Amino acid sequence: MQFFRTFRPLGNNTVPLKALQGCSYSTATEAVHNVTPYKLHRLEEGPKTTVTYGRDEALKYYRQMRTIRVLETTAANLYKSKIIRGFCHLYSGQEAVAVGMEGAITHEDSVITAYRAHGWTYTRGADVRSVLAELTGRKTGCANGKGGSMHMYAKNFYGGNGIVGAQVPLGAGIAFAHKYKNEEKVCIALYGDGAANQGQIFEAYNIAKLWNLPCIFVCENNGYGMGTSMARSSASVDYYSRGDYIPGIWVDGMDVLAVREATRFAKDYALKNGPIVIEAFTYRYHGHSMSDPGTSYRTREEVQEVRQKRDPIGKFKDVIVQAGVVSEAEIKKIEEEIKKEVADAAELAKNDPELPPEELYTHVYMDPPPNFKIRGCDDSILAATR
Amino acid sequence: MATKLGILRKAATQLAVLLQKCPRVTDQLAISSRCMHFTYVPETPPKKFGETTKMNFFQSITSALDIALAKDSSAVLFGEDVAFGGVFRCSVGLKEKYGADRVFNSPLSEQGIVSFGIGIAVTGATAIAEIQFADYIFPAFDQIRNEAAMYRYRSGNEFDCGRLTIRTPCSAVGHGSLYHSQSVEAFFAHCPGLKVVMPRGPVQAKGLLLSCIRDNNPCIFLEPKILYRSAVEEVPVGDYMLPLSKADIVIEGSDVTLIGWGTQVHVLKEVASLAQQKLNVSCEVIDLCTIIPWDRDTVTKSVLKTGRVLISHEAPITMGFGAELAASIQQDCFLRLEAPIERVCGYDTPFPHVFEVFYMPDKWKCLEAVKRLISY
Repeated sequence: MQFFRTFRPLGNNTVPLKALQGCSYSTATEAVHNVTPYKLHRLEEGPKTTVTYGRDEALKYYRQMRTIRVLETTAANLYKSKIIRGFCHLYSGQEAVAVGMEGAITHEDSVITAYRAHGWTYTRGADVRSVLAELTGRKTGCANGKGGSMHMYAKNFYGGNGIVGAQVPLGAGIAFAHKYKNEEKVCIALYGDGAANQGQIFEAYNIAKLWNLPCIFVCENNGYGMGTSMARSSASVDYYSRGDYIPGIWVDGMDVLAVREATRFAKDYALKNGPIVIEAFTYRYHGHSMSDPGTSYRTREEVQEVRQKRDPIGKFKDVIVQAGVVSEAEIKKIEEEIKKEVADAAELAKNDPELPPEELYTHVYMDPPPNFKIRGCDDSILAATR
Repeated sequence: MATKLGILRKAATQLAVLLQKCPRVTDQLAISSRCMHFTYVPETPPKKFGETTKMNFFQSITSALDIALAKDSSAVLFGEDVAFGGVFRCSVGLKEKYGADRVFNSPLSEQGIVSFGIGIAVTGATAIAEIQFADYIFPAFDQIRNEAAMYRYRSGNEFDCGRLTIRTPCSAVGHGSLYHSQSVEAFFAHCPGLKVVMPRGPVQAKGLLLSCIRDNNPCIFLEPKILYRSAVEEVPVGDYMLPLSKADIVIEGSDVTLIGWGTQVHVLKEVASLAQQKLNVSCEVIDLCTIIPWDRDTVTKSVLKTGRVLISHEAPITMGFGAELAASIQQDCFLRLEAPIERVCGYDTPFPHVFEVFYMPDKWKCLEAVKRLISY
């Protein structure tokens, strides 16, 4: 528990702007929401703390976050029944980060992350079935079933990377390409509080600032790098300030609207000035991966307390219902729709066709030399690649 | 095309054989990857090592670390999540026993862990570093290759980091996919100055790990993670060391020499028994134990006796350590060889997600190779 910072619960600080009388369906079209104050590093002014949002946005964010949650629960169950193999890292608890950031960027902007990739793959545009089918190793998976949990991809989503921290300099490279091509795009390079201690991160910071690349470095701080709490691994837990000469923002990563506002600010800043760091303070409910029960280095009470007091989905629901933007009945309807959508997708993902065996040796090289063959288990087994 | 069809046919046969051996469950993919591709047969340790107790592979590692820490007050143990017991439970209880200043978690920083270990060792203290998975060791490759391996040579023996041991779990586990399955021994075998060791079971793990920790050269100790819980046998409770650079003849035989290390030794033991039953061929199984510097004498003597060799490892075939063995064997035993040296290894592909069962150099592929060796 010692890692929790002083944290102000949001409470009922949401005000409907144009609330109208409704019965089962809410009709307020817009509301304002006050976010937990940001912490700033090398910035005179930060993102707005009073955020306006519309009914459609509220519905969209709720649906996206809830879908990720149900998707991950389904993945956990499929893993436990050994239908999903490989390693499996779940995003439950961190939904507001992906959904909030997507709310401020477009699908033309780029995103790269590490292995906790399911939620991001979905918000980037892959459908639930293709995420689950990737997990079950089927042809319909978003990486044709060849990547599995840690390696998922979508348009302008560069994965899905297995080695923690390795994706961050790649993100700086993607941002360089955007700048070089004079595109008005940013790259969001995500990493966890564990990866924040990899040397590569600091190499990426330096290059990004040296060349003022439109890169938003995002530390998704869920408190634990595998089984080690941030206080035990990091000399400074102010991850938003660890870019030193790069400005940074701390944002409540459990508040989708706060994340959206911080990202909007960061994108604008990055396009004008170069790199910026965001620390999104969040939490993961499951263990590090499916093989970690997640209870040997933290208490069950701690997890329970976060679920009750900080849950990004439950809290957002309270905010939008109290503001009269969305009704309880609508929430219920959305939840039922999602339940069915994910269950249907899971059924497909379980029964979609498996990869043909030759996929074992395809995609090793593009345009290999003439007569090049992949060597198999012995010299008599050679396979043409493509 | 013919080759491709051949592969498919072979793959299909292997899958069919595997499925036959598995309990009937609806999901075929899950079944095929859930089966362990070998059976672990417990070994009996030499009597001279004294009293024994039942331990699995990770407990024998813990026991070795416990003894190393108890007998060498300079020894420290560190790595990601090591203080709370490690993700594979190899260091359970050691922080409580030896204190947080000797058994501690490191930040998530592989290059940092190894270089920190080199720094400790170069002062003469004993550093035992853990890299959580062998697949993650590559951020530290520069430190291992350019610093650890060369320190002694480049300083004219003024300085060295011989008291450094890097432990890391390696090899296939049945469902590890691309980044939790790799066998990395060949990369490090290419770095003169390092020792690379991979034990096949709890008894060897403890004795070889203690030897690595006390050896005056930097060692990389590769622990086949599939054995952590599945390999259980009587292990001496006391302090004992097994010699490095000494191969074990696990099964004696006269017709074909089978060479492997780590998990693959168990596959080869089954191949030997299949060859005896089905082909009436007597196989000698050698566990290389230390990959580099390897025991050329034991291998040469065996091949001079049998004249036929199969080398098998999980790492991809091209430039796997089997290539070095094959080249050396043909030099030492050229006139005695009755057939071209066979290698049954992993495919030249990344470690696959769903096709692990096809990728693995299983006993059926090895048995085919034995047939080729005896019918040449």
